[in-house]
Amino acid sequence: MMLLPFESVVRRHGEVVLRVCRSMLAVHDADDAWSETFLAAMDAYPRLPADANVEAWLVTIARRKCIDLLRAQGRRAMTLDRIPEEQGTLGIPEDAVEARAEADAVAQAVAVLPHRQRQAVTYHYLGGLGYREVSEIIGGTTEAARRAAADGIRTLRRTMGAER
Amino acid sequence: MNETKNELPGMELGNLHARLAREAEERGLIDVGYRIVDSPVGRLLVASTEQGIVRIAFEREGFDGVLQTLADRVSPRVLEAPARLDRAATELDEYFAKRRTRFDVPLDFALSRGFRGEVQRLLPTIAYGHTTSYAQLANAAGRPRAFRAVGTACATNPLPVVVPCHRVLRGDGSLGGYAGGLDAKRALLALEAAA
Repeated sequence: MMLLPFESVVRRHGEVVLRVCRSMLAVHDADDAWSETFLAAMDAYPRLPADANVEAWLVTIARRKCIDLLRAQGRRAMTLDRIPEEQGTLGIPEDAVEARAEADAVAQAVAVLPHRQRQAVTYHYLGGLGYREVSEIIGGTTEAARRAAADGIRTLRRTMGAER
Repeated sequence: MNETKNELPGMELGNLHARLAREAEERGLIDVGYRIVDSPVGRLLVASTEQGIVRIAFEREGFDGVLQTLADRVSPRVLEAPARLDRAATELDEYFAKRRTRFDVPLDFALSRGFRGEVQRLLPTIAYGHTTSYAQLANAAGRPRAFRAVGTACATNPLPVVVPCHRVLRGDGSLGGYAGGLDAKRALLALEAAA
């Protein structure tokens, strides 16, 4: 099997990578992380084995780039005073702004989960990876990844519900 | 291919993609940059390496397959990077508007091998508005009996329009074949004849 043109990789996985970045960073920083992720991936791409799991590979790079950005800025992941307030630059309709506010609320709730739960929820529910792939990234068994995600979701239900 | 680009996440991804193309170009990461250009003979995919234009394809050839072939034979670092193709797009526009009779944009013959490559390099010597036959071209290539191989070379020309395989006809004056379809070949010949 041959490697797909890198353009196809960006089109297929661009949204997942953006979700991963946004789960860890504010919108503006997430854009930087998205860009750095695909630049690093493009550089290494010709050496990637043709049977590699491209999405898991990208999520791993994205996570590393997000951590790099957080470290460089000496910030902690997504705290309450860092709600992304910009409404986009291209005249996004009202309901989309509302949807984004809701997504930001979810992202914040995710950000305060215990480390492994946050990773499991991010990769499985936001990144779209299967539990086996999640376990390959965070370590441990597939079943442990499933449990971490389930625990995370239970906590989220509680915090999101309590806010209403 | 662009079906997601008008929805909200898609629009944001479109902006992110444009930024990625710009930064990847700055860092020298794009081995093959491409762009889709509208033309009177349908949409054309125009792809370029650092050296020059390496592939022009008609829509009927299937853009996805063309991009995969570029990934396999040149490099998988293929990215839609319209800015790299600005000059090629301008020259094609001028050609189709009958304001240009020869192309100056640099070419990369990386996809042209052996005798086919030799023949393809000869094609630009056929002047605008003129035609030749497969047999005459075989003569010019120094292999008078190889007119079939010359036909194959024309049929597999990776740079149609810019490298004018459309100016090669059968000995009896009939059109022969064309990767872009006979209507496209007819349209190009008519365009040049009317200039």
